Amino acid sequence: MNIPIEYYLILSGFMFLVGVAGVLTRRNAIIVFMSIELMLNSANLSLVTFSSYMGNSTGQLFVFFVMTVAAAEAAVGLAIILAMFRNKLTLNIDDINILKW
Amino acid sequence: MLNNFQEFYNIIPILLIGAGFLISLLIEMYFKKSDVILPWFTILIFLAAGFHALYAVNSVSVIFQNMLATGGIVNIFYIIFTFGAAIVALLSIDYIKKYGTYFGEYYILLQTSILGMMLMAGAKDLFMIFLGLELMSVSFYSLAGLNRKRLKANEASLKYFLLGAFATGFIVYGIALIYGTVHSTSIDMIASRFYELSSDKLFIAGILLFLIGFSFKIAAFPFHMWVPDVYEGSPTTIAGLFSTGGKAAAFSAIIVTLGVLFTGRIGNILMPYLAVISVLSMFYGSIVAISQDNIKRMLAYSSISHAGYLLIGLAAGNSFGVAGVIFYLASYTFMNLGAFGIVALIEGKDESNLTLKSFSGLASRYPLLAALFSIIMFSLAGIPPFAGFFGKYYVFIAAIKSNLTWLAILGVLSSVISVYFYLRIVVLMYFKDAETDLKIDVSKTGLAAVIISVLLVIIIGIAPGTIIDLIAFFFK
Amino acid sequence: MLVQYIPVFLVIAVAIVFAVATVFSSEIFGPKRPTQAKLSTYESGMKPVGTTHERMSVKYYLVAMFFIIFDLEVIFIYPWAVQFKKLYIENGISVFVSMVIFLVVLELGYLYAYKKGGFKWD
Repeated sequence: MNIPIEYYLILSGFMFLVGVAGVLTRRNAIIVFMSIELMLNSANLSLVTFSSYMGNSTGQLFVFFVMTVAAAEAAVGLAIILAMFRNKLTLNIDDINILKW
Repeated sequence: MLNNFQEFYNIIPILLIGAGFLISLLIEMYFKKSDVILPWFTILIFLAAGFHALYAVNSVSVIFQNMLATGGIVNIFYIIFTFGAAIVALLSIDYIKKYGTYFGEYYILLQTSILGMMLMAGAKDLFMIFLGLELMSVSFYSLAGLNRKRLKANEASLKYFLLGAFATGFIVYGIALIYGTVHSTSIDMIASRFYELSSDKLFIAGILLFLIGFSFKIAAFPFHMWVPDVYEGSPTTIAGLFSTGGKAAAFSAIIVTLGVLFTGRIGNILMPYLAVISVLSMFYGSIVAISQDNIKRMLAYSSISHAGYLLIGLAAGNSFGVAGVIFYLASYTFMNLGAFGIVALIEGKDESNLTLKSFSGLASRYPLLAALFSIIMFSLAGIPPFAGFFGKYYVFIAAIKSNLTWLAILGVLSSVISVYFYLRIVVLMYFKDAETDLKIDVSKTGLAAVIISVLLVIIIGIAPGTIIDLIAFFFK
Repeated sequence: MLVQYIPVFLVIAVAIVFAVATVFSSEIFGPKRPTQAKLSTYESGMKPVGTTHERMSVKYYLVAMFFIIFDLEVIFIYPWAVQFKKLYIENGISVFVSMVIFLVVLELGYLYAYKKGGFKWD
């Protein structure tokens, strides 16, 4: 009873779109950041899927790297968000507007 | 074992910078006088790596189980990155004191970001592209907001971080799709299977996502929104690094990964996409720059339009175009670093003196600065004797060779528009009286850095032929 | 195909019915005689103080960040350790040396965080 590869790919594509929509519509910096993590995880899902269907471990190895790098990015991102919050006391990206878009 | 030694010899630039930043960590931890030692140590490391890359430019090889390439255009990219970074470090010595408190991390992050760029330029596998990109980007996010007491810097780094991580999401998803269709992450495999896969929708979607992600990093038009804000908010020297090193590294990653498209062996299927974003970036950057009052924002828009000119070379899709792009990147790196360097010299405490007004009448009080800035502005505008002209020239010629004459004509039109805002500053400096009471103490090291970059711009302008031949020789 | 899952669904259904029934039956049939002491929050016999929405100190974030950074590296060490014997026979000492280099770089970062006062609580 094998699950066809398309199911995984559709799920991961859907997760990616949810992440993109979250980044574009949400206004809280932390939630935007979480949406970005969702995008990365959808990529991880498709990497693992491809890897397991092709019997080739490179994809799973790549997932390790994506995870570690995402953690490093998360640490830097949280630090930046924290520094911002200490100065401005808000995380709404519409209020973060001294520099005009 | 001998084989191994040769491998290590060929990547000495990477090893030097890798060891250099670890030693810098130790210096920062254990030496009280690290603020005196670190800048010079950093410059030394960069210069050593750069000169080794120059010396070993002929040792073309692929090492570490097909992970990294050395020699040839890779080393040319190394030279651009390391010399550019050395100039940034030289500029920073006095600037960083003026900007705020001293942070040792500044120089350490400078080294790690350059290391990331070098890994990208030398990549032979999507692993290295991804790791290099992230090493560079994470260092850049922190560099932008290094002075965490300053609200503008916070904002710049937050915006850079959110949009940069967004772009990374696209790149990783693109890599996943490429891996799924090519069944490998090796760039050679991608190149050899590109033609047969170019009708596979999943593969093309992967390539497009990858390219969209990198369009953020090179600041091309629809993905440019972070650029002006980040450049304005971050330290001026660092903004110079973003606009030169960051852009060059992203271009190197595109050239390395999709190199097979630009050799003319198979058709350039991405030409429509590249041509459209190139035209949009050129005109958007040139037109919006006219209305800017802050010099850093003006340079940011100018950087967007330069991304457009560079994309012409890629859209042309022949080896001449790629050589033109690399030449353009080299000349653009040094002239833009010179421009940001002069802005950094003139900038006062708390980011004062950054409006165009503070440049009026500069020639009467600081004739040397005014002369240097004029040379850089002429070069950026693409006026003949300087490097900027030849960069544009080669890129446009490459477009004409690929029957994209309309693209070259649009490029020329856009540069004509851009002449207006570049030369406006020259006019302000020489033919207007001073409007503000500008008093600056010009830092000696900073001035030296600017002079070096101007000299490099002039040298590249004098001998463009030899350099372009060298690049074209290595990119076949 | 789904037929083989029927026992599982049955168990889930029974579990839900049982849980809901026990919770609500005590609500319906049990006697209710509330007093002040019964209604107050249970704090192991202490008098409840303050609100439940306590703000977390920002220092916890710092610890969390360090944890994220230094914890995740184990995903590289784990597969390496599992496969070490095989890799050692194939590639010799360089397998060990490369992991030592990795750990040294990591520890340098740790040392840096320590020296810069990243672990100081106050």
